[in-house]
Amino acid sequence: MDYSWIQIAVAAIFFSAVITLVLSRGYGWLSPTFWRNAAVVSSLIMTFILLWLTFDTANQIRAGAGRVPAWTVINYEIKLVWDAKKRRQVPAVGQKTGFFGKVWDEEEAYKLINKGKMTLQSRNCMECHTILGNGAYYAPDLTRAWLDPWWEERIMPITGAKSREEAMKIWLSDPRKLPQGSRRMPNLHFSDEELTALIAFLKWMSAIDTNGFPPRFGIAQ
Amino acid sequence: MATSFARPKGLPLYESQKLALAYFAVAIVLFGAQLIFGLLAAYQYINPSFALDQLPFMTNRTLHVNAMIVWLLVGLMGGVYWFLPLETGREVVGIKLAKFIWWVIVAGVGVVVLVYLFVQTGHGNAFTLWFINEGREYVEAPRWADLAIVAWVAIFLYNVIATTLAARRITGLLGVLIFDLVALGALYTAGMHYTVNVTMDQYLWWWVVHLWVEATWEVLVGVVMGWSLMYLLGSPRKLIETWLFLEVALVFGTGILGLGHHYFWIGTPEYWIGLGGFFSALEPLPLVAMVVHAVYDAGAHRLHTVNRPALFWAIAQAFGNFIGAGVWGFMQTLPQINMYSHGTQLAAAHGHLAFFGAYVGTVLTLVYIAVQNARRPIQIPLDSKYWSWAYALMILAIFGIAGSFTISGFAQTMIERAELGSTWFAFIQSYTHPWYTNTHAWRFGFGLLFLAAYLILVYDLLTIGRKGGQRA
Repeated sequence: MDYSWIQIAVAAIFFSAVITLVLSRGYGWLSPTFWRNAAVVSSLIMTFILLWLTFDTANQIRAGAGRVPAWTVINYEIKLVWDAKKRRQVPAVGQKTGFFGKVWDEEEAYKLINKGKMTLQSRNCMECHTILGNGAYYAPDLTRAWLDPWWEERIMPITGAKSREEAMKIWLSDPRKLPQGSRRMPNLHFSDEELTALIAFLKWMSAIDTNGFPPRFGIAQ
Repeated sequence: MATSFARPKGLPLYESQKLALAYFAVAIVLFGAQLIFGLLAAYQYINPSFALDQLPFMTNRTLHVNAMIVWLLVGLMGGVYWFLPLETGREVVGIKLAKFIWWVIVAGVGVVVLVYLFVQTGHGNAFTLWFINEGREYVEAPRWADLAIVAWVAIFLYNVIATTLAARRITGLLGVLIFDLVALGALYTAGMHYTVNVTMDQYLWWWVVHLWVEATWEVLVGVVMGWSLMYLLGSPRKLIETWLFLEVALVFGTGILGLGHHYFWIGTPEYWIGLGGFFSALEPLPLVAMVVHAVYDAGAHRLHTVNRPALFWAIAQAFGNFIGAGVWGFMQTLPQINMYSHGTQLAAAHGHLAFFGAYVGTVLTLVYIAVQNARRPIQIPLDSKYWSWAYALMILAIFGIAGSFTISGFAQTMIERAELGSTWFAFIQSYTHPWYTNTHAWRFGFGLLFLAAYLILVYDLLTIGRKGGQRA
């Protein structure tokens, strides 16, 4: 993107105003014609800018293009590091660790994450949790769920799991057995394959650069 | 061109208006369903184990939100079917098709609700997305139902365009309506895709969610409220149409790029932070304009009207839209606060107040206008002992509900996000804090009050204007 948001905003308003004024020569600002022109011109200009930015955004948010990680990121350690210049956390990819004891190639990782996304939608996760902050606000935000220290501090000891992915799998297989806090998560009857896929999806999502959301994740504890 | 917007004495209703009555009846029933599932969800905040295995929070919340979207959309479309023959001076073209698709949609909604209630979830595959639940908040409807909705909107659009063409004259209101419905229909299809990339998924999902409720629905409201004010106060067409154009210029001028306030944190580029913050901060402008218009128009007529409940709901709509969508939205739209408040109870506070203000008031205005004209003899002015109770209690209740959400939202924003760092532990710490838990009972209590107000409303709608009054 060669233009800053201020340039885009000023241009959008400037062109809307100028084109409306030119088209409405001879009409006072209280006339219906003036406002009809303003309505059509501003709608078209804003729509045009939205479509233009959509192409740019779609290009920047392809998996592996930078902001959104490649599918194979699930094979690596993921961390949040503090960017002192931006004053916010950014995801960073560390050492190769594998996922559930295996290294997944590009196609396998894609298929797994795709299955995870379908599992997420099929269980209507968004109607309790939030994902990238969007959802029902009843259960924790899942954007950085993979990175949540609670898995290692609390769930691994009580499940006896050896790794984070294993702890997540045991806990999710029936959350009613080991309730956390006072709210309850129902048993959503995940299959083993679905759980592996769902956890892969969560791990992949935790490496998306969300401009620092949710804020100060895990820093304050 | 008909301008009085009431059918002359003794004339039967147009077929399109009879269809509108069916739309309104279903809308009011779904309004009740929205309240029941909202109360169940509110009770689960108090007692999280309640019906965990039979009717979990996610199912109640899905039905609460989906019932709301459907009844409000049905109510707005009903308003168009009501006024379209009056605006064009003729029966709506393609009315048989409109009736056919309406009963298909009613049956479809029934099936979707039963599946939501009794099947709830499926396996993680395409079958679930096509036939059970798409799992995307607000647009959970399975894909087959999406296709039915597209067909429904397409037929609706055909009715409007064909009737306008047959009348051989287009008004400013009809022009805006057609322009808006084309956008509304096209945008829905943007939300029907499955994609594994969750950032792209949410990018397009907001084209439906935001560009419906913060753009195309607002303009649709502008159109039906324009007709309503011409009916209620006899406002001159030129004034109404000038205001409507101004509304469209401001709503689309700010709301289309205001979409960017949903693109702060989903993985999209940083320029959306500036653009979304700037344009969404301007989004209250048209809402201020609507308040100015309502106050001016109602004041100029000293509240003299042919239909008191409809006029009062129209005024509530103007203020409610400004306060709920404008003030509560502005409160959290700038990225500097949204980073902390996004995805907290504060968003729910805004959602409750904004939908009530912007859309509930509109649909109830339309319903009261229809009820008045559906009864013989037509009572003028329409008035009763009960509507004002429903009106006052419902407004009190929604402010109680939104106020409770706001307080827990402030607590959550502070404790979970600002103090403790947004984790699972931080989340538990926020929702078990007394500042948060205290509000559970308040919102449930105000929810019960809302239900009581709804029951009074239903009783009033069934009885108002039945006995006497002046003959039209």
